[in-house]
Amino acid sequence: MTHFYAWLGVFLIVVTSTTGDCLLARAMKQVGDLGALRKQRGIAQTILRVLRTPSLMLGIAFMALSFFSLLFALSWGDVSMVGPASASLTFVANAFAAKLFLHERVDRRRWTAAVFVAAGVFLLAG
Amino acid sequence: MNFRKYLVLAGIIFFGSIGDSLLSHGMKQVGSISLDHLGSVVFSVLNPWIAVGILFLLGFFATYMTALSWADLTYVLPATAFGYVFIAVIARFLLHEHISPVRWLGIVLITAGVGFVAGGPESSSTKKTGGTESALSTAGTRP
Repeated sequence: MTHFYAWLGVFLIVVTSTTGDCLLARAMKQVGDLGALRKQRGIAQTILRVLRTPSLMLGIAFMALSFFSLLFALSWGDVSMVGPASASLTFVANAFAAKLFLHERVDRRRWTAAVFVAAGVFLLAG
Repeated sequence: MNFRKYLVLAGIIFFGSIGDSLLSHGMKQVGSISLDHLGSVVFSVLNPWIAVGILFLLGFFATYMTALSWADLTYVLPATAFGYVFIAVIARFLLHEHISPVRWLGIVLITAGVGFVAGGPESSSTKKTGGTESALSTAGTRP
C-alpha cells in the first residue's frame, strides 16, 4: 500500500506540474513578448499586464499543488524514487500536454529531446 | 534566436540551479521537518541561505516566464534541462563529489537532448498575440 501511495503522489506531481506549466505557458503567450511589451509600455505596465492574466494565477496555484503533492509523495516514498520518476515523467507529459492543449508543433526533434532529457534526468538523479 | 534570448535561457539555468543549491544547503542547516510540525517550514525562510535562495528562485520565475512569452514550452523545458548538467559539473569539479558512470551517461543524454531542441526553432506558432507586434518569432516554423 505504501508503494501505491508513493506512485499516487508521483502521478499527482506530474499532473499538477504539467497543468501548471501549460497554464503559465498559455498566460505568457496571451501576454506576448515581454521584451517588446516593456519597450512599448514600460516595466510597470508590463508587470500589470502579466498579473492581470487569469491563467497565470491558476498556473501558480497548480505549481503550489505540485509542491504539496511532492511533500505527500515524499512522506510515502524514497526521495531516490520520487525525484527522478516525477521529474522525468513530467518532461514527457509536458510534451503531450503542449501538443494537445497548447497546439505546439512537437516534431520528431522535440520528441527525441524530451525522451533523451527524461532518460538523462532519471539516470542523473537516480 | 538573438543574444538576449540566449541570455534569458542562461538566466533560467543560472537562477534555477543556484537557487536550488542554496535552498538545499539551507534546509540541511535547518534540519528535517516533521510532518506533524509542517508549520515550522515557514520559519525556515529566516535562514539566510534559504532567503537568498528564494530571491534566486524569483529570478528563475521571472526569466522562465519571459522565455515562455516568445518560446514554446516544449522548447524551454528541454533547453533549460542543462541546469542538471551544470549542477553535476559543479559537484564534480568544485565540490570534488564522485559521479558514477551511470550519472555520466545521464549527463550525455541530457546534453544530447538539449542539442536536439536547441538546433530547432524556439516557437512553432505564427500568430501574434497580446497586443505586441513581435510577440512570436515566425522563424523556421514551416517544415
